[in-house]
Amino acid sequence: MLKTLLSIFFLSLFPLISFAADEPTVNGANTSWVLTSTALVLFMTLPGLALFYGGLVKSRNVLSILMQCFAIAGIASIFWLVVGYSLAFSGDGAFVGNFSKMMFNGVTEGSVAGDIPESLFALFQMTFAVITPALIIGGFAERIKFSSVLLFTILWLAFVYAPITHWVWGGGWLQEMGLLDFAGGTVVHITAGVAALVTAIMIGPRKSFVRGNTAPHNMTMTITGAGMLWVGWFGFNGGSALAANGDAAMAMLVTHISAATGAITWMCYEWKKYGKPTALGSVTGMVAGLGTITPASGFVGPAGALVIGFLAGVICFNATLMIKQKFKIDDSLDVFPVHGVGGMLGTFLAGIFASTQLGLFSGQGFATGIESMGAQVGVQLVGIVSTFVYTAIATFLIFKVVGMITNGVRVSDDEESQGLDLVDHNERGYEL
Amino acid sequence: MKLITAIIKPFKLDDVRESLSEIGIYGLTVTEVKGFGRQKGHTELYRGAEYVVDFLPKVKIETAVDDERLDEAVEAIIKAANTGKIGDGKIFITNIEQTIRIRTGETGPDAL
Repeated sequence: MLKTLLSIFFLSLFPLISFAADEPTVNGANTSWVLTSTALVLFMTLPGLALFYGGLVKSRNVLSILMQCFAIAGIASIFWLVVGYSLAFSGDGAFVGNFSKMMFNGVTEGSVAGDIPESLFALFQMTFAVITPALIIGGFAERIKFSSVLLFTILWLAFVYAPITHWVWGGGWLQEMGLLDFAGGTVVHITAGVAALVTAIMIGPRKSFVRGNTAPHNMTMTITGAGMLWVGWFGFNGGSALAANGDAAMAMLVTHISAATGAITWMCYEWKKYGKPTALGSVTGMVAGLGTITPASGFVGPAGALVIGFLAGVICFNATLMIKQKFKIDDSLDVFPVHGVGGMLGTFLAGIFASTQLGLFSGQGFATGIESMGAQVGVQLVGIVSTFVYTAIATFLIFKVVGMITNGVRVSDDEESQGLDLVDHNERGYEL
Repeated sequence: MKLITAIIKPFKLDDVRESLSEIGIYGLTVTEVKGFGRQKGHTELYRGAEYVVDFLPKVKIETAVDDERLDEAVEAIIKAANTGKIGDGKIFITNIEQTIRIRTGETGPDAL
């Protein structure tokens, strides 16, 4: 009788034992937070960015924006599974990973990345790989062929996004050098901004830009999307701590401060310069603040974030005017002056405000092995310039190739007048 | 029979409608239009890009009246729609060849 009871007791322990052995080092709290952040970051694209961008184009093109965001979410996700994650996060290469994790080979329920499940880490990163190409569509909006967008996304992720991710987060040369990029100033914002600028120049201005009539069709949609971006960014930067702790909280706090400051700064600047504060200006300042704090979010303090948000508002404001008015480049949704310039500015400022010697404006310290602000800023500059130059050249070549394969990247004059929703998708956004 | 076409400022629509029903004219067709005569437009600003919007929103009212009621109808409209400022609008009078009530087939002034 006792023997039977004892055997039953010991046998029943088996599932518990194997369970514990499978997942010995996964931290529940950290995992919960990153799970949540993953959803928040996807929310930034769908529908945050989709609505933000959608409202800014003409009504006959609103679906093309929404469609491109959804399609990119699909394509980028599949790409990430098949080869993207592997190229970014495997191997010991200085410039790119290898194919060992193709099709998420080796990523099982039990495998870990740090102290969270590897499947979660890969998924979290996937949402970044989704939003980055989605940001670029602002550069060629209202005149691009849909097929060109899809092909461009795949090639760009393969040859620009994955390698640069590897350089900065996947064990590559910039990470080795001590580049501070917490959540994607270089990986996401500089790359997207530069790609948008290059493709905007290559595809040429919209007819409406030349004519001087590119007013948004639905500002309420844009402001709605902007709100979603602010909230979602808490996951973008907060989640990049990959932990549920003080680092994540501080990252979230400085993110928020920079967003608020960027918004108010742009609003006041516009008020002073043009006489009235605008809704679009305020949310654009908010996005500038958010993009700029992104690389610095894990390294700076609240007071530093105030300065960063302020500079983002002022500098990105002027960058926007310069691109539009001085250089007359039709980067339709201002991706370069807001994300590109913001990303460069933030990556630079991370090197300054990470310092622990700035009194109230101090941060959490430089990268391991780096002792001075000068040295850190130097590394930041290397990161900025290398990302900029590589992205520019690669994007140029990729867009050229896409044009050859899709028989031109731009729709015809007539099609542009008719609107992409009808021409590319046989649909109408509104049936009023 | 005469067709009165009045282009007025949008916020005056309710006043004009009331004014016409006070004298017993109830049938109206209203369209939202844009246009300009001498009234200047306004500017809008989007991220540093300024747009001059020439076209101003207006409302077009069409109502068909018997010849005898024309003058009082026009007067009612003017009284209600006038603000004294540029942009108040215009009234056009055209002759109607025939009017038919779809439900009954009545024609002429009986169909008004």
